[in-house]
Amino acid sequence: MNLMDFLAAAPEMTLLGLICVVMIADLFIEDERRVHTFWLSMISLAITAAVLQATSPDTRVVIFDGSYVSDSLSQVLKLGAVLFVALAFLYARDYLRANDLNKGEFYLLGLFGLLGMMIMMSANSLLTMYLGLETLSLSLYALVAFDRNNVTSAESAMKFFVLGAIASGALLYGISWIYGVTGSIQFHEIYAAISADPSLNNLPLWFGLAFLIVGIAFKFGGVPFHMWLPDVYQGARTPVTLYLASAPKLAALALTLRILVDGLGGLHETWGTMIMVVAVLSLLVGNLVAIAQTNIKRMLGYSTIGHVGFILLAIFCGTAEGNAAALFYTLTYVVAAAGAFGVIVLMSRSGYDVELLTDFNGLNARSPWFALMMMFLMFSMAGVPPFIGFFAKLNVISAVLAAGFPGLAVLMVLVTVIGAFYYLKVIWFMYFEEAEDKAVLQASTDTRLVLSLNSVAVLALGIVPGWLLALCIDVLS
Amino acid sequence: MIGLQHYLTISAMLFVLSIAGIIVNRRNLILLLMCIELMLLAVNFNFIAFSRYLGDDTGQVFVFFILTVAAAEAAIGLAILVVLFRNRRSIAVQELNTLKG
Repeated sequence: MNLMDFLAAAPEMTLLGLICVVMIADLFIEDERRVHTFWLSMISLAITAAVLQATSPDTRVVIFDGSYVSDSLSQVLKLGAVLFVALAFLYARDYLRANDLNKGEFYLLGLFGLLGMMIMMSANSLLTMYLGLETLSLSLYALVAFDRNNVTSAESAMKFFVLGAIASGALLYGISWIYGVTGSIQFHEIYAAISADPSLNNLPLWFGLAFLIVGIAFKFGGVPFHMWLPDVYQGARTPVTLYLASAPKLAALALTLRILVDGLGGLHETWGTMIMVVAVLSLLVGNLVAIAQTNIKRMLGYSTIGHVGFILLAIFCGTAEGNAAALFYTLTYVVAAAGAFGVIVLMSRSGYDVELLTDFNGLNARSPWFALMMMFLMFSMAGVPPFIGFFAKLNVISAVLAAGFPGLAVLMVLVTVIGAFYYLKVIWFMYFEEAEDKAVLQASTDTRLVLSLNSVAVLALGIVPGWLLALCIDVLS
Repeated sequence: MIGLQHYLTISAMLFVLSIAGIIVNRRNLILLLMCIELMLLAVNFNFIAFSRYLGDDTGQVFVFFILTVAAAEAAIGLAILVVLFRNRRSIAVQELNTLKG
């Protein structure tokens, strides 16, 4: 243990220190000036991002006796997480003020969740991973229940909590078996133990692995462990859904890549099949059930499940190309998801939440610009070229083809076509239906600007996707 | 002689019992929280048994962390329960049904 150890973990320590400052400062801020907490949180995020940049590792650094790793993968994921948390805070600010929810807890729990995500992204042992995961999960449970007088929020928080706790239990049970068989909880030691002694690759290890996959699928929202996801997306207040739908997906990807590739890469034959089953079911259930939804948040929840299917299929390939495709897909999906929920938050006003698909009726007449932005986002999620979602899907499909599974590639194309239906439905409602409510959308200048940038980004990235893809391949090679 | 497999069997039984409790119980959310605690204790049992068997302390350290997290988890769970009860005047599991589809 030396000083350099602490330097590599400086971003997390800085963030923790800043959270404590914000928490204490928030105690002395009156309700009508709560926007100060928002700005303090944004400054904390900016400082964390700066420290992340400053401590960017040239090579893979493993610290704290092998519990913690800082490499280019963790660097990219952490910068992404900080950015998306900042976006969620910005989009949420006006909504919280208008709905009398302007409490410091939203920002504080969001920051604590970010701390959990950053720990997960840098975990090099199952214990670190578990602690990061719980820091994130506990913050998310509390965030969903954040509107204390709302019945559906409380109900969805309870469902989220119970199912999340079962998932953590299953994950831990799997971890205990992996520890028992390999004798270690550090990823590189687990990897070494399995490759040194092939006889370990046997029933007890598979038993633990199965529970581990259940836990991962739960946290990601893969079928058949997806039950919580639509309920929570619908029941939570929209800014909380926005938070939930963006950065934590990056953390779930880190969880999967670190455990399955760094730790259990030698067992790819065994976990590949399990992941594939979850992925195929997610693709089918997510996209088919989303068609029947009338609630936009619930529909986007099911669409998330469909996208998780793509990400898991990319990981299923077990190749560097597949992992890069998974990272690329997650990053670009999260950009589109943050934007789409951002538009929903923007359309909601005091005492009126956009919940139904028909609330998008005639958005073009009310605000042509944001209708256009929403169209970009929906096209990207549907995978229409030249938007970024198209390239994300193309990468996953080519990775799956390269790994030798043409049947799965055909399935992905088919579900993409099915999925396009419900995304296009939103566009239909915006452009070809009559609005009941003709009010023009109100939003502050900075929110409009950032939301527009966010939405134009899915087009801009789609026109020049090369650098991001190169970055993803570089990070995972 | 009581060996590793006996401990693992007990732990697996506790784990299955807690899952069964969560699935079967339709009346009371407090029982559900208790089942979740039982599940974590089953995991702890497993860790201790493996730690003793392998002669390695890591498993025991892991247990301390799980106990701490379980306490925090229970606190959050009970807090959500209180919020739910204030809004609905009921903590019956079968009444958690406003979100569907």
